[in-house]
Amino acid sequence: MGGPLRRFRFAVPYLLLAPGLLWLTVYYVYPAVQMFIASFWSGSLSQGYTFSLSNWTNYTDAIARYEEQFVRSIVFAGLATLLTFLISFPLAYTIAFRGGRYKNLLLFLVIAPFFTSFLLRVISWRTILGDDGLFLGPLKGAGVVPEDFRLLATPLAVITGIAYNFLPFMTLPIYVSLEKIDRRLLEAGQDLYAAPFMTFRKVTFPLALPGIFAGTLLTFIPAMGDYVNAELLGQTPSTRMIGNVIQSRFLVNNDYPTAAALSFVLMAGILVAVAVYARLLGTEELTSGV
Amino acid sequence: MTARPIDPRTAPLRPTVAQRLGRWLSRYGLFVYTGLAIAYLMMPIAIMILFSFNKPVGKSNFTWVKFSLDAWLNPFGALGLQDAVVASLEVAFVSTLVATILGTLVGLALTRYAFRGRSATNLFIFLPMATPEIVLGASLLTMFVSIGQPRNLLTILIAHIMFNISYVVVTVRARLTGFPRHLEEAAMDLGATEWVTFWKVTFPLIFPGIMAAALLAFSLSIDDFVITNFTAGQTVTFPMYIYGSYRIGVPVQVNVIGTVIFLTAVGAVVVSTILQRRDRGA
Repeated sequence: MGGPLRRFRFAVPYLLLAPGLLWLTVYYVYPAVQMFIASFWSGSLSQGYTFSLSNWTNYTDAIARYEEQFVRSIVFAGLATLLTFLISFPLAYTIAFRGGRYKNLLLFLVIAPFFTSFLLRVISWRTILGDDGLFLGPLKGAGVVPEDFRLLATPLAVITGIAYNFLPFMTLPIYVSLEKIDRRLLEAGQDLYAAPFMTFRKVTFPLALPGIFAGTLLTFIPAMGDYVNAELLGQTPSTRMIGNVIQSRFLVNNDYPTAAALSFVLMAGILVAVAVYARLLGTEELTSGV
Repeated sequence: MTARPIDPRTAPLRPTVAQRLGRWLSRYGLFVYTGLAIAYLMMPIAIMILFSFNKPVGKSNFTWVKFSLDAWLNPFGALGLQDAVVASLEVAFVSTLVATILGTLVGLALTRYAFRGRSATNLFIFLPMATPEIVLGASLLTMFVSIGQPRNLLTILIAHIMFNISYVVVTVRARLTGFPRHLEEAAMDLGATEWVTFWKVTFPLIFPGIMAAALLAFSLSIDDFVITNFTAGQTVTFPMYIYGSYRIGVPVQVNVIGTVIFLTAVGAVVVSTILQRRDRGA
C-alpha cells in the first residue's frame, strides 16, 4: 500500500506549502517589488511612467516634503501605544491572576467590541467625543467648559481613537505571557520575604516582557500606518499622519512614485524601529512571543 | 526595649477610614479597574446599538433625537447599502474559504513535517502580518495598475485571501502543536490507510482549530477597509460604504447592519465555544 506515496514522502510538506506560499509570492512579494520599481518612476498616470535609478530623488523629495507628517505619525503612534499599554497591563494582569473561573468570559468581553466594523467604532467615538456628545454635552450644559471647546479635530481625539482601536493587540499578548508564568515562582518570591511589589517587579514583570514586546509591536505597526482615525476624528492639517499622505497621494493625486517612496520609507522605518527595539529589550526569546 | 501591652481602652476598635479604603482598594481595586476598562471598551458598541434606534433630523446621525424603529424595519432603506453588504458577504465567504484551505495546508506542513526551509517559511508567513495595511494595499494597487488589471470584486478577493492566509496559518499552527500523534499511529496499527486515518482521526481533531481560523478570517475580511479601499476600484463594500457616506451623513441603517454583524459574530463565538466544550467533555 502507498508505494508511490511513500517514495515521494519528502515532497509532501512542499506540496502542502505550495499553493499558499505561491499566493503570497504573487500577491505579497511581487507587488512589493512592483512598488519598489514604482518608487523610481517619473512621469504621470496619464502620460505613462519611466523607470530610472536617477529618480532616487523621489525618496529625498518625499521625506523632505512630508517630514512633519512622519514625525507626527511616530509621536501619535508612540503615545497611543503607551496608552494601550497603560490600559492593557492591569487589565491583562487581573484576568490572568484574579480571573478565576470568569477568565474566558472576561477575555471574551475584551475582544467582543472588535467584532464590529472598525469604521463604526471610529464613528461611535466621533459621536461620543462630539461637540455636544456624551462628554462635552453635559459639561457644556453645566458651564464647566466653554461653548467652543472641542475634543474632535485635536491630536487627543486621534491618539485616543488609535489607542482604542488597537487595544486587543496589546492586551492579548500580555495576557498570554502572564498566564504562562509558573505560579510557584511567585510563591518562591513571597517565601523569600519579597514584598508583593518586589515580587511583581523582579518576577512577574520580567516574565511578561515577551508579551509586552509583541503587544507593543502589534499596536505600534498598525498605528504608524493608520489614517482612518486621523481622517474621521482629526480632519485638520495638525492631525494629518503619514498614512493620510500615502492614501491621498495614491488614490486622489495618482502620484504613484511619491506614494511608493513614502510607503517604502514607512516600511523601512518600522523595520529599523523593530530591530532597535528588539536589541534594546535583549534576547531572542522575546521574539518568540510574536 | 519594653513591649507595651495593648491597652484595650485606647486601642482603636475599628481601622481608620483611610486604612479601610486602602484595604478595600487592594482587595477590589483591580476588579473595579477591570470593570471600568470593559465599560470603556463596550461604550462605542453601546452607542452604535443605541443610535440604530435614533431618528435623526437631517442626514447626520451624531446627536440623539428620539427613539424609532424605522431603520430596523427598513434595514436596506439607504441607497446602495444592500449592494455594499452583499459585496462584503461575497468577498468574506469566498476569501475565507480559499484562505482557510490554503492556510490549513501550510499549517499542517509547518507542524507535522520537518523539512528544509521550515523556519524561513515561518518568517515569510509572519511578514504580511507585520506589514502595515496601507503598505499592503498600496503595493497591490501599484501592481494592478502596472499590469493593467482593472480593479473590481476579483481584485478585492485576491487581496483578502492574501492577508487572510497568514492569520489562518498562525491560528491553525497554534492549535496543531501538541497534537496527539499516537491516535493516528493507533489507527494505522489497526490497519487504516493514511487517507482513512486523516479523515477519520486527524481531521475531526483539528476541525475546531480550522473553524476558529475561518471565523477569524471571515471577521477580518468583512471588516477590512484600508486594503479594500486600495484594491476596490468602483466596487463598494460595507466598510467602504460607511467611509463614503461619512461626509454626507452616515445613514441610521449602517448602525443596524453593524449591530447585526456584531451580534452574529458574538453568537458564532458562543456557539463554537459551546461545541468545543462538548467535544472536549465527550
